[in-house]
Amino acid sequence: MRIRNTAFPYFIWLGIFIVVPLFLVLYFAFTTGDSQTLSEFTFSLDNYKRFLTPIYLNVFYRSVWLAVVSTAICLVLGYPIAFIISKEKAKTRNVMVLMLVIPMWMNFLLRTYAWLTLLGKNGIINYIAGKLGFQGLDLLYNDTAVLLGMVYNFLPFMVLPIFSVMSKLDRNLIEAAEDLGADRRRTFLKVIFPLSLPGVITGITMVFIPAVSTFVISSLLGGNKSTLIGNLIEQQFRYTGDWHFGSSMSIILMVFILLAMALTSKFDKEKEGEGGGGLW
Amino acid sequence: MVEKSIKRLYTFMIFLFLYAPIIVLIVFSFNDSKSRGVWSGFTLRWYFELFKDREVLRALYYTIFIAITSSLISTIIGTFAAIGIFGMNGFGKKLVLNLNYLPVLNPDIVTAVALMTLFRFVKLEFGVLTMLLAHVTFCLPYVILSILPKLKQMNRHLAEAAMDLGATPLYALRKVVIPEIMPGIITGALLAFTLSIDDFVISFFTTGHGISNLSITIFSMARRGINPIINALSTLMFITMVSLLLIINYRTEKQEKSLEERR
Repeated sequence: MRIRNTAFPYFIWLGIFIVVPLFLVLYFAFTTGDSQTLSEFTFSLDNYKRFLTPIYLNVFYRSVWLAVVSTAICLVLGYPIAFIISKEKAKTRNVMVLMLVIPMWMNFLLRTYAWLTLLGKNGIINYIAGKLGFQGLDLLYNDTAVLLGMVYNFLPFMVLPIFSVMSKLDRNLIEAAEDLGADRRRTFLKVIFPLSLPGVITGITMVFIPAVSTFVISSLLGGNKSTLIGNLIEQQFRYTGDWHFGSSMSIILMVFILLAMALTSKFDKEKEGEGGGGLW
Repeated sequence: MVEKSIKRLYTFMIFLFLYAPIIVLIVFSFNDSKSRGVWSGFTLRWYFELFKDREVLRALYYTIFIAITSSLISTIIGTFAAIGIFGMNGFGKKLVLNLNYLPVLNPDIVTAVALMTLFRFVKLEFGVLTMLLAHVTFCLPYVILSILPKLKQMNRHLAEAAMDLGATPLYALRKVVIPEIMPGIITGALLAFTLSIDDFVISFFTTGHGISNLSITIFSMARRGINPIINALSTLMFITMVSLLLIINYRTEKQEKSLEERR
């Protein structure tokens, strides 16, 4: 059939802009040399040796830790909201889903930056706290601020997939559970929650990946003290110019995420055949 | 009753959390002082200065230019790609789908540095072109993923019937397949447009000297303090987007109603 050829331009695009660049990064990651002149690269594992020192390992550990905590907070805050929205009437439901999406239409850097106004020394939160008799709180330029930024930016990514699974739940199953004498708690624990797990897993993936690799939130809200793996990669490529070390950290981050995803998708049996990605 | 009010309160708190920064941004775009956090009276000054600020207007121009071009290109390539991929089977299809998923799952920063390395390697000058190529690359998978489900829903025999009745494959594609999957194409294009307009990380790594979109401008401003002009501009963009959305929503609701009445 001639129709099959229509994907041909995309295959070329895929090859040039997705496959080749990744191999280039892989190549850079296992060599050393002067990355500015692109000459005389030699094979070496030095980049990884360098990464395995306490300074860099601590940064990596911190990034993973902050991402895990922010994902957990998103889940705890987001799950009930998804549940509440899914129970609303169709019309309210659409409005509420829309209201989750609308904030994403304002530039995310700017929204994150606006937290400076809210959290700052003379900020609104401190003003209210002051009126209530609290002392000035140090809310900015620490891990809490970075966490808040992550939760703020990625919460909708947790709520939307959970909501979409919940809204498709078969009502009959819930009714059946109730008919068989389960109270509301049991119905939730034994029927609704297990069935919503695919959404939870998608949500975790969608929050964890951007959270672990961010450098924007940490540089805006974390100040100079807060360095994450994303910041390290950014520095190597934008300022220090050691692309080899930067590439090796990118590879480490990528492999780590793929492993984490493989681990979570073990819990998700229905993922197969959903638009591909079964391999990941 | 108690439970209901707890639910209400909780929903309110979450939405307050999501909207607080936006409210702050909009309010401070009317603030008669350059420093954030201090309110010194209402003004429309920033809205007037916005139209005189060359740097911001240029950034806006690049943002919109790249968003429109990249979403157009990725929608065209992506539509044909989705149709082609849908017709494939076996190992090839699996491989392509997995490769297609790679930029979706990969962190932005990895995609960004990979593209940056590529452009350096082939000695392409960093600028609008590199940024555009990068945007098309990260939009394409999303376009394809929005169209594929529509193809699955489509009746497979439609295209065959058209061809049996004498249509050439291209004619059948144009007259039968594409109209059938149009909602998916539109979703994909809109998704690509929003992704492109909001992108920072990939643009940051693939742009060249002197070329910056709004996100990059905001990021570089953040260190020395963001000019309220940006707040004014974002307020205008935000209001435009929300009203567009409301109009579209209103129209589809009306259409649905008239459809129901006809039934």
